[in-house]
Amino acid sequence: MDASSFLHQLVQQLINGISLGSIYALVALGYTMVYGIIKLINFAHGDIYMLGAYAGFFATTILKLSFLPALVFAMVVAAVAGIIIERLAYRPLRNAPRIAVLITAIGVSLLLEYGMMLFVTPQPRTFPAVFSATVYNFGGLIVNSQQVLILVTAVFLMVTLTYIVQKTMVGKAMRAVSYDMDAARLMGIDVDKVISYTFALGSALAAAAGVLVGVYYNSIDPLMGIMPGLKAFVAAVLGGIGILPGAMLGGVLLGVVEAMVSGFFSSTFRDAAAFAILIIILLFRPSGLLGKNIREKV
Amino acid sequence: MQALRKQDLLLLGLAVVFYAIVQGLLMADIIGPFWELNIVLVGINIILAASLNLINGFTGQFSIGHAGFMAVGAYVGAVMTVKFSLPFIVALAGGAVAAGILGFLIGLPTLRLSGDYLAIATLGLGEIIRITILNIPYVGGASGFMGIPRLADFTWVFFLTIFTLFFIKNLIRSSHGRACISIRENEIAAETMGIDTTRYKVLAFTIGASFAGLAGTLFSHYFYIAHPASFTFMRSFDILTMVVLGGLGSMTGAVTGAVLLTFISAALASYPEWRMVIYSISLIILMLYRPQGLLGDKEISLSIIKRLTGGDSRAEN
Repeated sequence: MDASSFLHQLVQQLINGISLGSIYALVALGYTMVYGIIKLINFAHGDIYMLGAYAGFFATTILKLSFLPALVFAMVVAAVAGIIIERLAYRPLRNAPRIAVLITAIGVSLLLEYGMMLFVTPQPRTFPAVFSATVYNFGGLIVNSQQVLILVTAVFLMVTLTYIVQKTMVGKAMRAVSYDMDAARLMGIDVDKVISYTFALGSALAAAAGVLVGVYYNSIDPLMGIMPGLKAFVAAVLGGIGILPGAMLGGVLLGVVEAMVSGFFSSTFRDAAAFAILIIILLFRPSGLLGKNIREKV
Repeated sequence: MQALRKQDLLLLGLAVVFYAIVQGLLMADIIGPFWELNIVLVGINIILAASLNLINGFTGQFSIGHAGFMAVGAYVGAVMTVKFSLPFIVALAGGAVAAGILGFLIGLPTLRLSGDYLAIATLGLGEIIRITILNIPYVGGASGFMGIPRLADFTWVFFLTIFTLFFIKNLIRSSHGRACISIRENEIAAETMGIDTTRYKVLAFTIGASFAGLAGTLFSHYFYIAHPASFTFMRSFDILTMVVLGGLGSMTGAVTGAVLLTFISAALASYPEWRMVIYSISLIILMLYRPQGLLGDKEISLSIIKRLTGGDSRAEN
């Protein structure tokens, strides 16, 4: 491979990686928000993403909605699902050992996957083409309209989320609860409500990612959330768990690395690469790229 | 000490009687092949749960990559019997040693992490092991390692399960075991008392991994095949679920969890589409009502049974 074609390949994979990575970033945000507040690895989050993809699918096929209303519909459905799950499965365990909550999260994840299979059968479905796929060619670099759509939607949602967290009352409450739950409660913040709100926001973002993936790959199935869910968690840890810009950075970085590995080596090693990076980061910077080291006190 | 030994002998005797009964039922074909398979699976799951319990329950190190070590044992054992035609017992030892060495190499750097970070690192490592195996054509790659002879049977599984349980029980009761438990209770305090925490964490991790390797070798030599898809993180979750369900830090709890989950899973086998739904709902409900697991960190022991039946009320050991 000579230098110019190498460079060309590099930029091409960078483009693919960023669009894939922004999907990871959207899912990672939900992980990081939930973890930041109740210190729970919400394994069911990947399945909320799957739920969102199906909600988008039914909105476009049965309700005949166009892309934007379908996206909003999926986000609302997922937000409600997130609130219900938190209310029924996680809230009763607020003071239980953390591993019990984790097992519950795994249980919820299995329930969503196999419950969904009962309703929609395990067969993959073809996501309707809501956008005609236009392929743009910039001097040999291929960008299709779906990648642009993913990027624009993801950036818009991330900006909105940052605004909500940084500028609104609820956002301030969320930051307070994640900083110190007991102190926040003493200041009159309704902690349970804030946690519900966090689940709703995170789930809505995951659903948006699900719909975008449906549009991009044209295929959805009940188990589609497992791997992306896990990798989104990796992305959240990579950036520094509990930190919103960290999740965005981690997601995009992970997407780029995966695209590079499948472009230059072999796509079978793609998943291993993601985990290898995770372990390297954990060993050398356990608090993540943007995280601060907190010294353990006795 | 004397009383302890006596109890061990009694338990061993009970185990042999239990073995004789089940083996007799198997020989007389009263237990059909489906339940025979599940009994063997219970044994393998007990080894897995008990060894994970050593890491998670007793040492307090949150590991969820157990399926990876199981995979190593399954494949190394299979390579030894199929490619080198070594006897089964050598393969069992080889599988356990290989998984143990890998556990040591992985444990040394990663056990510096704690809590969720360790969890996610071990999960990642388990997946890396699986994906690496998937990419080795020598052991069948993605289509799995086929043509493994069925060398394991109920007898092998049963006695290795008993061996595992006694080994781990004795380890826990030794000074090494107490060091492990002290790390779980308070790592900083343990360190202050002069316990080399890294050493004991790695020790527990290595022993746990090698027993997982043993279980893996038994697994591949009972089911004729070692397939990468059998060793995904879902299997690690399964083992973790058994341990937590039975009660973290309880030997008898791990056994209870393994027996219960394997049989629930088997009993639901005739409703394939509802199986996982019922399984997950019961898991959630159990966790909601009994977050510390069925037994908590208590043990079912002879003295408790004696006390419950109104025998002498000697304090439990």
